[in-house]
Amino acid sequence: MLDVRNITKVFGGVRALDDVSFSVADKSLSALIGPNGAGKTTMMNIISGMLFPDQGSISFKGAVITGLSSASIARMGLSRTFQHIELFGEMTVLENILVGRYIKSRSGFLAAGLRLPFVRSEEKENCAKSLEILASIGLEGKKDELASNLPLGEQRMLEIGRALATEPSLLLLDEPAAGLNIRETRDLGKMIVRLNTEREITILLVEHDMDLVMRISTAITVLNFGQKIASGKPADIQRNRDVITAYLGEEDTAC
Amino acid sequence: MTKGHSIALLILAAMVCTLPNMTDDSYFITLMIFSGINAIVAIGLCILMGSAGQVSLGQAGFYGIGAYASSVLSQSFGLPVAASMICAAVISAGAAVILAVPALRLKGHYLAVATLGFGEIIHIILNEFGPGGPSGFGDIPALSAGGFAMTDPAHVAWVVWGILLLLMVFSLNMLNARPGRALRALHGSETACNAMGLNVVSLKIKVFVLSAVYASIAGSLYAHYVSFISPSSFSLFHSVLLLMMVVLGGITTVWGGLVGAVIITLLPETLKAFQELDVLVYGLILTLSLLFLRRGIVPIVTGKIHSLLERRNA
Repeated sequence: MLDVRNITKVFGGVRALDDVSFSVADKSLSALIGPNGAGKTTMMNIISGMLFPDQGSISFKGAVITGLSSASIARMGLSRTFQHIELFGEMTVLENILVGRYIKSRSGFLAAGLRLPFVRSEEKENCAKSLEILASIGLEGKKDELASNLPLGEQRMLEIGRALATEPSLLLLDEPAAGLNIRETRDLGKMIVRLNTEREITILLVEHDMDLVMRISTAITVLNFGQKIASGKPADIQRNRDVITAYLGEEDTAC
Repeated sequence: MTKGHSIALLILAAMVCTLPNMTDDSYFITLMIFSGINAIVAIGLCILMGSAGQVSLGQAGFYGIGAYASSVLSQSFGLPVAASMICAAVISAGAAVILAVPALRLKGHYLAVATLGFGEIIHIILNEFGPGGPSGFGDIPALSAGGFAMTDPAHVAWVVWGILLLLMVFSLNMLNARPGRALRALHGSETACNAMGLNVVSLKIKVFVLSAVYASIAGSLYAHYVSFISPSSFSLFHSVLLLMMVVLGGITTVWGGLVGAVIITLLPETLKAFQELDVLVYGLILTLSLLFLRRGIVPIVTGKIHSLLERRNA
């Protein structure tokens, strides 16, 4: 599904990513973890085309996407959410989802202005699909509220819903549990698993909540200071000495 | 389009049909024509600024291109007026693409200055190369339909407001469907637009073109109605006036553009009673309304009506 090859990204003197390679298998629920500043969000931005790497290449569904604009990558079926929420705050909850339907519909300025018959049927169909998505994320009761008026947890859900509306084959979730309480995080985990198993969407998750990551993901890649230090199944990662050192620090042998 | 829009449009249509018949006062009809012409530019500007979040201080430039191109085409090349207006709109659309390409890199204040520069360039071109130079030119053919020139101002009023109504319907349809949502999304977050696969560049070009075509149609109507034009009508001052219309009326809805255009067109006329002080009072009213009616008249009024209705239903 996704193949990341030898990606390097330098910001000034900092090597944010240093020769990182990993791949995300079709229909997997993979996670990218690492301490603060490990380069996880930089990697997300490079995969989704919001940043360009200095070296290396990325292929998605067999095609090289390095250098493509983020919009073209999105149209190929790769959707994402943001660590710092990027909703359309002055639009309603339903409208946010409808913007997600944009690439799945075609009515342009003239057709919409003249309200041609196909525009009406397309609008109806998009509305129905969007309401279905809202029901699946539990926000159908708030469809007419402004997105900026929702509490944080629901805003994160809405971002996932909006990404789902594009009917992605790969979904990147950038710290979806940040700022959520225990119950919200548990619901979120269930929903991510459901998306992966029921809708068969491949998911790449960047997350700080270790508990969540270990519980739901099937494959994990660990970054530390821009380098890949481990990858494997959750159980292996939990026992990996390099990972433990990266998170907890070296055992002090001097004492 | 929602029920509210449809009702408002029907009321407006009824007013447009009856008003010119109810009076012989040519002064009133003239004001009605000018309000309609300004409103056409203003609703285009509302879509550009209020919906898509792009700024333009050069809208008078497109208005001027519409006026000059249509006049020259019909006068010197003998094209029918309707055909000249369409050609002028195409030329304005081309100019909008030329403006949009550098403007794509700019936002906020920088975009405002770039569009202001564009408006000034058009003004200078009209001054230097336009027929008659700074003093303008006359004998522009009157609006005509099926070979009959419209000499009765009431007919012109119907044509202008008829076109305005059609553009209102078109705009409201467009804004409440896929392209309109994309424009508002553009206003909200370009990053998210990119992540959703929206083509930000093409959307920006299209919305500039759309607003330019509206301005161009209005400019053509103006020229064929007054039959004499000069560059001074298409200066920065007119761009600022247009900006005031949309801000006063409410930038987030095309109804705001319409209401703002009517008010700004009528206000100087009603202030004639103040004689030399009229400009001062005019400025005072605008400053106060910006201070106390920041969201614009239409959004404030519709907001009040909504809360009243909700209270009654509760």
